[in-house]
Amino acid sequence: MSSKRPQPYFSRSQVTLVRGLWMMVTAILAFMTLFPLLWMVSIAFKPAAESFSSNLIPQSPTFDNFIYVLTAVPFIRYMANSFLVSATVTIVALFFHTMAGYALARLRFPGREVLFLSIFSTFLVSLPVIIVPLFVIVKAMGMLNSYAGLIIPAIFNAFGIFLLRQYYLSLPKEIEEAARIDGAGYWRIYWSVILPLSRPIMSALAILFFLANWNSFLWPLTITSDPNLWVVQLGIANFKSQYSASWNYMMAASTIVAIPTLILFVIFQRQIMDSLKTSGLK
Amino acid sequence: MTTIAETAARRRHAGRTRLSARHREWIAGYLFVLPDALGLLVFLGVPMALSLVLSVFEVNGFGGYSFVGAKNYLRMWNDPLFWKGATVTALYAIMLVPLLYTCGLGLALLVQRTDRFNAVMRSMFFAPHMVSLVVVALVWQFMVVDKIGVISRLTAALGIGGFSFLGDPNFALITIVLVSVWFLMGFYMLIFLGGLQDIPRQYYEAAMIDGAGAIARFWFITLPLLKPTSFFVIMVSMVAAVAGAQAFDIIYVMTKGGPANATSVLIVYIYQQAFGFGAFGYAAAMASILVVVLMIVTAVFFALTRGGRFNHEQ
Repeated sequence: MSSKRPQPYFSRSQVTLVRGLWMMVTAILAFMTLFPLLWMVSIAFKPAAESFSSNLIPQSPTFDNFIYVLTAVPFIRYMANSFLVSATVTIVALFFHTMAGYALARLRFPGREVLFLSIFSTFLVSLPVIIVPLFVIVKAMGMLNSYAGLIIPAIFNAFGIFLLRQYYLSLPKEIEEAARIDGAGYWRIYWSVILPLSRPIMSALAILFFLANWNSFLWPLTITSDPNLWVVQLGIANFKSQYSASWNYMMAASTIVAIPTLILFVIFQRQIMDSLKTSGLK
Repeated sequence: MTTIAETAARRRHAGRTRLSARHREWIAGYLFVLPDALGLLVFLGVPMALSLVLSVFEVNGFGGYSFVGAKNYLRMWNDPLFWKGATVTALYAIMLVPLLYTCGLGLALLVQRTDRFNAVMRSMFFAPHMVSLVVVALVWQFMVVDKIGVISRLTAALGIGGFSFLGDPNFALITIVLVSVWFLMGFYMLIFLGGLQDIPRQYYEAAMIDGAGAIARFWFITLPLLKPTSFFVIMVSMVAAVAGAQAFDIIYVMTKGGPANATSVLIVYIYQQAFGFGAFGYAAAMASILVVVLMIVTAVFFALTRGGRFNHEQ
């Protein structure tokens, strides 16, 4: 009935002015936030002599830094290793986590809650804290300096299981019933009902897993001494110790390492940001 | 008579099939969870326990273990570098958590309105989080190179220069904190945006009718209703800070714990002891202290959020 809106305290032009100022402040802060990345790309295109000049746009842009980095250091190999590891971890992790999430959310069996609580309790244990014993275990399993050592321990994390379980809890109960009446077993229900339904959350998780593994440094640093197995983050950290004065090369290398993730981000920004936004609290 | 027997038989029969169906569900449940449960056990659970076991051993150069009891813990007690590491870790967390909270919430409020402009701004604030910490550390190190880095020159031009961002023990940790904030604030902005989204619009409208200004609305509506989000943000950022989830990579690339151990957070010191000097037992002893601290924090976190269900109807 009384759809009286709150009285405006300010005139329309005042509102426009405030909004304009607000947008300007936001834009300036956003530019400042992005500046280090822009600077990185800028230096990557500058010749060595220009490394410490203060212009953001290179005066004489050049590809020499990139060419040097890609030819002097086996960066292509590092990228291939990173890609192999990240892609494998992502695929296997999604497979295992959807299975676990499905069971924890929709099947009833004794010990389920205890199991979920134990999984959840590892949620906040991060790699640095367990790096020493984990190294000992992986060494005992003979997986030092191997792709298996890079891949297998990276698969398991509670975050993905947790998110998928929450998602499966939110699905209506009826969805399995039709399949069950047709006499489908649990595997068939998982494979042809649950998995297709989880495509949106799986694509979001796939991006997150891939990025996390592409960017991971500590674990590869700890278990690979063989340069043939180096992932790209290790390659660039090592590059730094060799070329510590050649910032133009280092920024070119950094750009090469960062570009795939930034491209992924530009393409999938909505999915990435939406899935992280809800990861906190739902 | 017959009917009763029939019913009983049918009931027994029905009961049996129901039971076997239930058992099938049990088995399916266990099998589905098995791969992840096993993996988490081997690569997370066992390491946590092994940390405690390793901590009472000494490892020699040939990989031989000898039981030494509490020796590693005594050594820790008497090691000034351990205490330095604990202090630096605490300082890092104390600086990082409030800064992140403020920046994350501030940015979220700044870009809260959903329109196309803000969508672009959100992406720009979040972009640093997409870059690896190694690259982040490299780029910032380049920008704060003494005297000629772009930020060093900027601060000098503003009249607050003349110090070394990474070379001066008084500033190195602050620099690391600021880099961490830059990397993480976009992520926490998103978490806060998620929280803000869940606050019903009507509350604000009602408050505006009552004549509440922007500050009053923030103070009496936004902050109280953001409590679950705030809680989550503080706990997660605290745990990450103490565990060195981001700090390790940044410090490893930028300072390696220096200058004068000013950025030697515990995790960096542990790593040096283990993989620099091969003191696995000693490193495990220090790590197990961290595990215990983090387990307590997680348990409190868990108890307060009622089993990880962060619902808002508290």
